[in-house]
Amino acid sequence: MKFAVLVFPGSNCDIDMYHAIKDELGEEVEYVWHDATDLSEFDGVLVPGGFSYGDYLRCGAMANQSNVMAEVKKFAEAGKPVLGVCNGFQILTEAGLLPGALLRNQNLKFMCRTVGLKVENNDTLFTNQYEAGQIINLPIAHGEGNYFCDDETLAELKANNRIVFTYSGENPNGSLEDIAGIMNERGNVLGMMPHPERAVEALLGSDDGLKIFKSIVKMWRESHVS
Amino acid sequence: MSASLEPTQEQIKEQKLYASMGMSDEEFAMVENILGRVPNWTETGLFSVMWSEHCSYKNSKPVLRKFPTKGPQVLQGPGEGAGIVDIGDEQAVVFKMESHNHPSAIEPYQGAATGVGGIIRDVFSMGARPIAMLNSLRFGELQSKRGKYLFEEVVAGIAGYGNCIGIPTVGGEIQFDPCYEGNPLVNAMCVGLIDHKDIQRGIAAGVGNTVMYVGAKTGRDGIHGATFASEELSEASEEKRPAVQVGDPFMEKLLLEACLEVVKSDALVGIQDMGAAGLTSSSAEMASKAGSGVEMNLDLVPQRETGMTAYEMMLSESQERMLLVVKKGREDEIKTIFDKYGLDAVAIGRVTDDKMLRLVHKGEVVAEVPADALAEDAPVYHKPSKEPAYFAEFQAIENSEPEIEDYKETLLGLLKAPTVASKEWVYDQYDYQVRTNTIVAPGSDAAVLRVRGTNKGLAMTTDCNSRYIFLDPEMGGKIAVAEAARNIVASGGRPLAITDCLNFGNPEKPEIFWQIEKSADGISAACTALNAPVIGGNVSLYNERSGEAVYPTPTIGMVGLVEDLSHVTTQQVKAAGDVVYLVGETATEFGGSELQKLIFGKIFGKAPHIDLEVEASRQEAILTAIREGLLQSAHDVSEGGVAVALAEKTFGAKDLGVHVTLEGSAVTALFSESQSRFIVTVKEENAAAFEKVIPEAKKIGIVTDDALISINGDAGVLLEGTVEEFRSAWKGAIPCLVKSEA
Repeated sequence: MKFAVLVFPGSNCDIDMYHAIKDELGEEVEYVWHDATDLSEFDGVLVPGGFSYGDYLRCGAMANQSNVMAEVKKFAEAGKPVLGVCNGFQILTEAGLLPGALLRNQNLKFMCRTVGLKVENNDTLFTNQYEAGQIINLPIAHGEGNYFCDDETLAELKANNRIVFTYSGENPNGSLEDIAGIMNERGNVLGMMPHPERAVEALLGSDDGLKIFKSIVKMWRESHVS
Repeated sequence: MSASLEPTQEQIKEQKLYASMGMSDEEFAMVENILGRVPNWTETGLFSVMWSEHCSYKNSKPVLRKFPTKGPQVLQGPGEGAGIVDIGDEQAVVFKMESHNHPSAIEPYQGAATGVGGIIRDVFSMGARPIAMLNSLRFGELQSKRGKYLFEEVVAGIAGYGNCIGIPTVGGEIQFDPCYEGNPLVNAMCVGLIDHKDIQRGIAAGVGNTVMYVGAKTGRDGIHGATFASEELSEASEEKRPAVQVGDPFMEKLLLEACLEVVKSDALVGIQDMGAAGLTSSSAEMASKAGSGVEMNLDLVPQRETGMTAYEMMLSESQERMLLVVKKGREDEIKTIFDKYGLDAVAIGRVTDDKMLRLVHKGEVVAEVPADALAEDAPVYHKPSKEPAYFAEFQAIENSEPEIEDYKETLLGLLKAPTVASKEWVYDQYDYQVRTNTIVAPGSDAAVLRVRGTNKGLAMTTDCNSRYIFLDPEMGGKIAVAEAARNIVASGGRPLAITDCLNFGNPEKPEIFWQIEKSADGISAACTALNAPVIGGNVSLYNERSGEAVYPTPTIGMVGLVEDLSHVTTQQVKAAGDVVYLVGETATEFGGSELQKLIFGKIFGKAPHIDLEVEASRQEAILTAIREGLLQSAHDVSEGGVAVALAEKTFGAKDLGVHVTLEGSAVTALFSESQSRFIVTVKEENAAAFEKVIPEAKKIGIVTDDALISINGDAGVLLEGTVEEFRSAWKGAIPCLVKSEA
């Protein structure tokens, strides 16, 4: 399976995503610069964290204007997997691929710590390797991770099991209903604030995030063997 | 001010206008002598900023020369953007620490942010990929509104810049004392990694080669920042707010990535950051180092404001800019790389053979001065030095134990003292994981990062107990280096080298200069004893507010090599049943201690004694034990003594506690700050082997599974409590101080 890691000016978790795929997952991966106009050679797109365009405007708003995002939209429409983490999640909401928005953390400060997450839905392209209701530990590192959407959207997310991860125990950022990660209706686009790519090696404290990438690869293999 | 309104040469001389730029009559006369004429306004500006203490080290050079700077591991010592140390496998570590004290006192967010930005540029200008940031901060005791504001905004500024640019902030230290109330210290350190073949230097070599300006445009911000950094703070300092630069971490991220692409090109001859004194220092220093000259056409400098004069452009400290020297004819290759990132890359001049820095603006030569005169010929002052009266008084005080009634309350009080208390409120705001190399995050003795693609790690720390240095600068200087090294060793690393930030008061006061000299002597002795030479750093003098100097604070930044990742050791206890050992002798030493401060509200007496031979052999022994796989945890004993160190060892270790028995007088055993001590834990089956490696280690107790801290003395229980009650006091202190009403 071949992954694209998008790189916007100001992306900074691109390298972490790249190493997670290459060194820990052992799959093919390439960096794709923001002006790219073709994603056809890839099987999965990873939108990494960081501060695209400095996040000087609304987080992710500028990145959404770049060439590659038009391609990401087509890629998602084709049903292929797209994972956005942290700034990547913010960009996907700006792109309209996911509903809602990420507001500033309730305490108005950036926070970096490891949090507990509950796998709310393990019947997805991204979480099939986890147990239902499993509690995992992943790092967060963000200033604007406070998920918000309107009541109608929330009801829709709940009704269709589109809330994939919630914070377990402490809600660090004031996020609505403890939401940490959601997917689109079709189930092929996931956005999440915690960083699975930072939790792929026991050496660095946790490898709880690896199963997200393994889940993606498993689904891809199954659909390509049959 | 437009050029036509600038003072004339006569006015500059007759009205002594140079004095407002910090230049003395003698210095102005020297400039006249060098030029053989009176300098014009722009030239006066060039000399004043290049001859400021901040750029020339004119007051501190005689002291800096004492530092040991050589060693087989040192690839680049002081003099370039940052020092470089070999770590094997054709790789090297690049690091430097720098102060941004005065800007942070006036405009704390931007002052701290641009301090971070500046030190990052120093590291990537060497061709290195920055991999980690550390810092060392000093504030008042968080009692005043202004004090809290400075603390919160400095931390936010460091976080804002470091997080955005995507370099993890992995460690640091913070101390609080009333002497820093009006003059906080903000020292930032950057560590980078480089392949030997990519090492760059800031030289303008090759006559005819092209001088290129890259990065952000030049504005009027930061004019005379270096001069401002070289004078005392006062009420009038608020007016210097325009001398504080504004940082743009996104721009720096682009500049960083572009420069790291450029250093791979053989079209590049030299590269240097436009830091303090901006375009002036970078051009003059690059020319001087290469023995060449530089001519620049200032009309070509990218500008973000209109009508800028030569004076303003040359003295601006606008951030996120670099000066490159590029092989003639290959400018387009360089430009293509910067184009990709949307950055300016403009040819603004060329390398000449006449050793002059020549500036052309609007068709006229507006300055023409020898590059060496700016970069090398600043006067060097041997300031008078005088032992302050307090020193003899303090030395005459015999060491004694403070009287304490309730040991447990005392320990709780120490854990709540902001200098000892948990800094989680701070590092929670720093992204300490990005780039996924952080093995040991903030909260242990030193941070440890792996070197990707190898089985090696880098341990790094900052340290300086300025209370000891105030009481006894030489002893305190030794302790600062030794404690940094203890942190590295306890984490499984061997010290490689240090960088330092020498923060002192006004050197024109003989008592202050004495502090500088003596502490440098102490630092030098410890660097030699512990085989950790000084590879660079910076000097920040005039740290005074309304005549009151800060404690002498020569901050030490140290990097060590962890040769095998299996050696990485942390301070937290690991398993019930492990044996707890105290390594090192405890004497009655409370001068400058946390306990003394807690009880008396001030410090006095002698600093703790340190024997560098004992220190060196003990560190070697601890490292041997770690390499033989005998230690479960290791922690150095520092502020607050054994009681605090034991408590810290249980914090973060789930459901574990410690039960120990200490010999001797209780107050000394619990709280003395005697040097060269470690507390380690060892699996029971390794106890015999460990005792062979370190025969003098004293078995003081065991790790338990009851989550209690229980410390006994000769005559029974000294203190007992749950880990949670101690931990919550320790963890809650700083958030509580920040939130409380002033």
